[in-house]
Formats: sequence, C-alpha cells, structure tokens
Amino acid sequence: MEIKDVKIRNIPYEEFNDNETLEKYLQELQANGVNVVLGKLDEIINWGRSNSLWPLIFATSCCGIEFMSAAAAHHDIARFGMEVTRNSPRQADLMIVAGTIVHKMAPLLRRVYDQMAEPKYVLAMGACTISGGPFVNSYHVVQGIDKIMPVDVFVPGCPPRPESLFYGLMQLQRKVKVEQFLGNQERKR
Amino acid sequence: METIKKLVLDTVPGALIEEKQKLTITVDPQKLHLLASTLRTNSELPFDFLVQLTGVDRGDELGVNYLLCNSGDLSKEIVLKTGTSDRENPLLYSVADLYETAHFNEREVYALLGIRFINNPDMRKFLLNAGWVGYPLRKDYDPDPHLNPVSLESHDIIDKAPRIRELEDGSLVEEVGNVFEDDDYIINIGPQHPSTHGVMHFRTSLDGEVVKKIDVHSGYIHRGIEKLSESMMYPQMLHLTDRLDYLSANINRHGLCMCIENAAGIEVPLRAQYIRTIMDELNRISSHLLAWATHTNDLGAVTAFIYGMREREILLDIFEKTCGGRLIINQNVVGGVMFDLYPGFRQDVTAFIVYMRKQLKEYNRFFSHNVIALGRMINVGLLKKEDAVSHGVTGPSGRGSGWSCDIRKHMPYALYDQVEFDEVIRYECDSYARYRNRLDEIEQSLHIIEQLIDSIPGGEICAKTKAVIRLPEGEFFSRVEAARGEFGVFIESRGDKFPYRVKFRSPSLSLVSAMPLICKNEKISDFIGIGGSMDYVIPDIDR
Repeated sequence: MEIKDVKIRNIPYEEFNDNETLEKYLQELQANGVNVVLGKLDEIINWGRSNSLWPLIFATSCCGIEFMSAAAAHHDIARFGMEVTRNSPRQADLMIVAGTIVHKMAPLLRRVYDQMAEPKYVLAMGACTISGGPFVNSYHVVQGIDKIMPVDVFVPGCPPRPESLFYGLMQLQRKVKVEQFLGNQERKR
Repeated sequence: METIKKLVLDTVPGALIEEKQKLTITVDPQKLHLLASTLRTNSELPFDFLVQLTGVDRGDELGVNYLLCNSGDLSKEIVLKTGTSDRENPLLYSVADLYETAHFNEREVYALLGIRFINNPDMRKFLLNAGWVGYPLRKDYDPDPHLNPVSLESHDIIDKAPRIRELEDGSLVEEVGNVFEDDDYIINIGPQHPSTHGVMHFRTSLDGEVVKKIDVHSGYIHRGIEKLSESMMYPQMLHLTDRLDYLSANINRHGLCMCIENAAGIEVPLRAQYIRTIMDELNRISSHLLAWATHTNDLGAVTAFIYGMREREILLDIFEKTCGGRLIINQNVVGGVMFDLYPGFRQDVTAFIVYMRKQLKEYNRFFSHNVIALGRMINVGLLKKEDAVSHGVTGPSGRGSGWSCDIRKHMPYALYDQVEFDEVIRYECDSYARYRNRLDEIEQSLHIIEQLIDSIPGGEICAKTKAVIRLPEGEFFSRVEAARGEFGVFIESRGDKFPYRVKFRSPSLSLVSAMPLICKNEKISDFIGIGGSMDYVIPDIDR
C-alpha cells in the first residue's frame, strides 16, 4: 500500500532540489509491502517526531553564531518546532555540529554522540565540519566529521545562512518521515 | 626613547640595539629577565604592558620576541628578542612573574615550538594534547598524519604541572606541582557548555558554592592558523583572520591588511579608508550588540537576547547588501576594499543610527537599572587596573577598570585621527562597568559613523597592487582596536612571497587569563555572568 507521505508543511514538495533519491529510497522501502495498521502507526509517530526535532547545538565557532541568528526572532526556528535547544544529549533528537572539529575535540564529540538516545540524527553545518573547510591542510583539524560519526545532512557554507540551515533541517524532516519503526523488523540506521 | 636606550646599555652592556619599525633590542637569554624587569620598573617610562609574546623558529635558533609598551601611552613600544640554539632541550627564562599574561603565552610557545621556560610555575602544553608528537611551528615539523592520528579515546585529565625552577645557586631542578589540592571538589565547566561562549574548558574547584580556583584548558578549537599562514601568499592569508574573532571579522582583517600595506609601502585610497572605518564601526556595533544579548541571556533575560539579535539583523542586512556575507564579510583586501558601497548605503546607515539611538534608550530603560541585573553585576568580578595591565586586558573590559587603552586614540589608524569621539572609561572595575562600557561604545561608534557617512569621497576603492606581493625582509607589527580589545599582527618576512612567521595577538586570551583571578571567591552562579561581561570569543584564543 502507498502510505508513506514525505510531504512536509513548511515548503512545497517540488521546491526541493533532489527528490529522486528520496523517491528511490521510498520504492525500496515499499517493495516488500507495508502492514496497514503498523504503517499507519508509523506515520503518526513520524509526523510527531518530524515536527518536534529537538536539537543539541554542538557549536564550536562561527556557525554557532549563525545558529543563534536562526534561533532569534528574525528567522525564528520555532516555526519548525525546533526551538527547544537541549544542552543535555539525553534529551536531544538531533545534533547540529556547527564549527571546526579538531583533534582535541574529536573524542568529546564522539562521546556526546554516543550519549544521545536512539533514534538520533546528525546535521553537519558548515564547510569545516564537512571537510575541514578553509583549514583542511592544518595539522590539528579533523577533515570531516563523517570520519568519526554518521552524518544525515550536510549543510555547506562558510558559515551557512540561516535559510540554508532551515533547508537542511527540512531535508532531515523528510528523512524522519520515511523511517520505519514498527512496520519493519530490521530498522535501518 | 634615547634615555631608554641608555638605560638598556647601562643594564646590559652587550645588548644589540636596532632601529627597525620598532626599537629592537637583542639580548642573551640569561640577561633577558634582568632587562625586562628593569624596563618594567623604571620610573621614567615603565614598560608594564606585554602586548605580544611570539615564539619564532629562526632557523639557527629558537627564539622569542616580546613587544612591550607603556600602559599610559601605548605608542611607546620596544621589542626584546632572545633565543637559544639548543634544539634538543631549549630553555629560556620566564617573564611570568613580571607580566601575568606571559603565563599562557609561554605555555603556548612550549606547545607549538617546544621551548620550556625556567621559573614558569606551570609548563603544561597549552593548546595541544600532552601527547602530541612534534612541535608544529618549528620549520622541521613532520606533518605526517600517522604520527598524530585522530583518536576517539578520551583521556583523563591529570592535574599535575611540570615545571623547571632555578635554585639560589643557579642550578635547575625539574619538579611536578599539583594544580589542585587533594581533597578539592572539582567540576568541569565546558568544553561544550552553552554559556562559556565557545569551547573553553574551565576546571573549577569549589568550596560550597564559592569558586576556589580555576584551571583553564584550551585548544578545543585550535586550528593552526599561524602555521597555515606560513604556506600561503599574503592575499590568501586574509580570509583566515575573519575566522579568528568572527564577531569583529572586519577589524581583524583590517589589522592584517594594514600590516602588509605598511610593510610593502602601499598607499590606501581615501575612499577605501572611509569605507574601512565605517565598516569597522558597524562591525563593532554588531559585536557589542551580540555581546550585550548573550550577557543578558547569561543573566537570565531571554527577551533581551531577542532584542539584541533583532537590531543586529539590520546590520547584517547592510553587510550582506555591501559584499554578500553576513557574519564573515571578506571586505578588506591589500590596498583597499573588495566591494564598493551599494547605492542605498547612506540611507540605510542613517536610518539605522536614528533607530539604534532609540533602542539604546530602551535597553537602558528595561535592563540597565533592573534590580536583579544590578545585584548580579555591581561589585562582582572586580578587576583592578594593575591586574588589567598585567594580564593585558584591553577593550571595553580594560576600560571598565579605568585603563585608557584604546588604540584608536593612542595610535590612530585609518580615519580615527580625523573624527571626534570619546574613549569610554569607567573606574568601578566590576561587571557593571564593563556592561555599561559596551552600550556607551555603541553610542560612540554611531557618532563616528555619523561624522563620516555624509562626506565619503569618490575615487578608487583599491590601490593597484602586484599580483604577487613580496614584503621586504624584516619584522612588521600592526595593532588595531577590535571589539574585544587590542588585536595585533606580527609578520616576520624573509623577502619571500610567503610570510616566514605570522602571529596574531588575541584580545580574548588576555580576557580568559584574567578569569581565574576575578572569579576567585565569587559564587559559581556569578562565574557565568562574569564570563558574559568579559565577552571572550574562543576561536580567537586558540587560533
């Protein structure tokens, strides 16, 4: 049955740049069919989760300031239900890594990630977290946080504008919407 | 300065005195401490402010440059140089007993160049992990990533500080001292804590809820900018300065451009000077607004945070319309600025000045006299003037301790000698003085912009420069007033298109180095508020 709904309210479906990947992923998920009852339950759970992602801000440098701009009144992250920034990893669904990660910080970042409760997501904000950015040749910079933990969404920019961050967060909302909790025994993460 | 030269020769007869960009004196390592203490305590012109302490690998020797100046007149400067040719176990004498700010700087030199300082009570590596292989700023450093792989294993922090002490008879002993006492109750504030304003790690020992001692661990955002700069051409280096103290990005970049322009003898067109000055002041306002917003947020006023960010957003729009960037604006280049002003710039800025004046009144009305705010700021975090000078605490925080330390007044650059403004100084030395200073500086910045905005001349925005800029051989300094205090640049050039050594003097390092002093015997809850009033930016410290 066709029950997976990847539309989110904040932005029209057509305005996303890359819909093919998601559609292909959906087809894969639906290849084996979905139980009607469990599928509906999944849909309700995911609807709730995708509209109240609570982020933990792992801000180390400039990108953290752009996140503050995003959280303030002008851009207002509360429109997406994400204004509840958690300082404790236990209460967060999503970690926004904003800023350069260096050798000394890497074990701590990994530890905070390990402390988060499942299901958990990671958004890499800014060039430094993606690849090392302007500091890629430095002796002390980790060249991309995907080397030390799984990442769901990359938001490029140096630093990314709040609008780019929102776009990345909405991509994540869609990703949350197609998760299977009950319908599939082997949940992929 | 003639008397100073005489004083130097009287103290150390063999000293080599050179007239470079600054008066430079080279002495033997054994004589350095004697000379520094004589210069610091002489009655005529005491050099009591250590501005920069730079470790340099000069090839044949490992050395240190000290830029000293007089705290009453910042334009009276002197450079001391010393060095040792021993690369295996380089030892120099510490000046930490004369200048508190030398403490952290010497530990940083140890981490990056491997020079250990005799008589410094704490010789742990400052920015890097204790187990780091090699000394990155040495020219023969091996950058092989296999030597220093990314480790995901956390290590326990060992509170033992090695040190080298000189005994009465001149022999050296290596000792290990305890940072904390055995039965101290220690909590970790940071490295990832929302109110340390970045990734700073304060190990704090408590007696009840009173702070006994703070041990600062840094380097959680050490990006090796100084080493990176050594492999970049001068125009390529520029974008790294924006990312040091990202809140005063334009001012930092102005400092570096000025240093290169002075060294290469490039004349900056008048229009570019106007644009630079106006943008610097707008940048300062946006930084102070954010500082105000986060400080009030630290004290529990979330609404004030939203207000500060709201006004800041107008400035960010102006930046964006000028050059496309919001936070990091990449406006200055060697010889001028990259982008001209957009047609509606004057109207936008004039409207902002009117609006901001109104908002400042509102800020003062609803927060500056709030009973809770006053209770948490007045007589909290006292920093006396002598301590401010010794720690090198400049900017609004230093001026809150009654120290006139505004580079714009003491050594005017760009157009600051042609505009009229007051240096805001307060003598209460507490958090509240620092808080009020920032708001008053916004007013002064508006006043400066007002005088310039109507008379921007036409003409070129950038001088013609060669595609490859080579600086003549020598050592070049420049100092500018960033939003948090004095930002300094040191470039040592060997006539190449790459710099030989670059050092950035970070205002925030001094601010943090004063934190253990001013938080002692305060409540742990006030620690956050004091940190907000000092307003440090961590990537600026770690570089």
